[in-house]
Amino acid sequence: MTVKIESQIASEETVIEMSGVNKWYGDFHVLKNIDLTVAKGERIVICGPSGSGKSTLIRCINHLEEHQEGTINVNGTLLNENSKNITQIRREVGMVFQQFNLFPHMTILDNLCFAPVWARNMPRAKAEEVACRYLERVGIAEQKDKYPGQLSGGQQQRVAIARSLCMSPSIMLFDEPTSALDPEMIKEVLDVMIELADTGMTMICVTHEMSFARSVADRVIFMDGGEIVEENTPDAFFDSPQVDRTQKFLSQILSH
Amino acid sequence: MSGNNITFQPSDDRPAPASKVGPLAWLRTNLFGSIKDTVITLVLLGTLLSIIPNLIEWLLVKASFQGDDEICRQADGACWPFIVDKFQVLMLGVYPQDLAWRPGIAAVALIILAALTYVDRIRGVILIAAWAILPIFALIMIGGAFGMQEVDQSLWGGLMLSIMLALVGVIVSIPLGVLLALGRYYGSPAIKAVCVAFIELLRGVPLITILFMASVMMPLFLPPDLVINNLLRIQIGMILFSSAYMAEVVRGGLQAIPSGQTEAALALGVTRTHTIVFVVVPQALRHVLPPLIGRCIALFKDTSLVIIVGLLDFLGMIKGAALDTEWLGFQAEAYAFAALVYWLICYSISLYGRKLERRGPAGHKR
Repeated sequence: MTVKIESQIASEETVIEMSGVNKWYGDFHVLKNIDLTVAKGERIVICGPSGSGKSTLIRCINHLEEHQEGTINVNGTLLNENSKNITQIRREVGMVFQQFNLFPHMTILDNLCFAPVWARNMPRAKAEEVACRYLERVGIAEQKDKYPGQLSGGQQQRVAIARSLCMSPSIMLFDEPTSALDPEMIKEVLDVMIELADTGMTMICVTHEMSFARSVADRVIFMDGGEIVEENTPDAFFDSPQVDRTQKFLSQILSH
Repeated sequence: MSGNNITFQPSDDRPAPASKVGPLAWLRTNLFGSIKDTVITLVLLGTLLSIIPNLIEWLLVKASFQGDDEICRQADGACWPFIVDKFQVLMLGVYPQDLAWRPGIAAVALIILAALTYVDRIRGVILIAAWAILPIFALIMIGGAFGMQEVDQSLWGGLMLSIMLALVGVIVSIPLGVLLALGRYYGSPAIKAVCVAFIELLRGVPLITILFMASVMMPLFLPPDLVINNLLRIQIGMILFSSAYMAEVVRGGLQAIPSGQTEAALALGVTRTHTIVFVVVPQALRHVLPPLIGRCIALFKDTSLVIIVGLLDFLGMIKGAALDTEWLGFQAEAYAFAALVYWLICYSISLYGRKLERRGPAGHKR
């Protein structure tokens, strides 16, 4: 039993449409009948206990995980086995990981230029220009010749965000981007994400940072056991959760 | 939080106390730290003192450096004129003496390229191209082409042959091993099966068996109009054997790369091929540099087995020199020299390996 609302952004195009999506890992039913529509420029936060399938859900959007049933449409392209479709979608959807996943054997600048040069055939000089611009935007322009291992966690995550932005995606996925960070560094990464949201980027964020959800999200989705249990605007979600499972979760997570 | 406003002043660093650092302290802690350590140190010192002075005496102090076998037999120590006399055959085998300048040029080219590589003067694609061209250049110089007098491969021998077999072996088997490892790790079930079969077959038989099969059986399997000379067959055998081991070493490196690396690259829209070539393989190779260099050293030493199929490499010539009737009784010098040469070359490879490990972002830890 779920509570659903329509997208709160009026008269915008749909950029992601998931319909009847089911996924199994062997016999384990990890995503159950997921229906999700995301409008352009919408900011969605997905929360829930571990093992609820939130990461699996967003990883299905860029085909890092494969769904067995249902359809996923991203920017009008159907996500199926066709590798051209998959690569096309991945170039329009950026992803930021919990473990940053920067390439340790390349400098920061090389990390950022890698995809534009090899996936968009951009000349190296232009790619460097774009990279430097995004590095300035996330506030790490002076680190561009260092290696990831020489940066702090917060700096690495900001580089990871800049790296995804270099491909000019129209949608950004965040998979618990601050969960591996020291508390002091969480703010610098969240600030970058808030600035990104302010520019109108469509964002889907799996996170435990409830204050971020409250201030930035257009919709908060709560998942448990592979299904969407409740989704609502942040105020309605946090102030008056309607499903008992949501209430239980919120009482645990907001108590300290 | 209200309260007193105290400004935090971090304390300055102080140098460590003198008695805990420095060479005397190191000696005291590491060699004479406890009764057990002291005893071990003294035993080791005693053993070294009983061996090394005698060795140096035989090798250098009482050794003869000039003369012939008469003078050597009168002296007590090592007979180095023996090695000087045999030097050319040890280096080149039975290669015609008047044409010895040609392998000489190839050797100089090798030394120059090795030196440039060691000091990092040439890098990247130029480096790879240079090392790929060197064997071809050496082959032309030694074997003869473009108007130069041809020297048949049955006359090639000595250290030149050992180095040639090892160098070509390494240059071809490392890329081949990487391809096999990628086929086994990323390939479709059909490709994976072929790679696994190849690797397990070649790893499962001793090198001598492969050399025998290459030398004796390969001609039987080849079509009658395709004739491959004996040296080339042996070289192919060594390459195949080595590439199976390189493949397994590289596969270990591939498994050590976290899946997040490929996920991040794929999520950026980069194709799988580009991901493997630019993200996975460079990291994997850096991870397995020590065993990879170890396989190169092992291959060089394994070249000594070709004596069994009739090729007279360095060790083969050493054996022949030791049995020379003119210089009877100087086997020890022959094998001491062989050990010295093998050790020098293997240690140089090892040193270069350590230098490679220190390169790059993670190198400072070592």
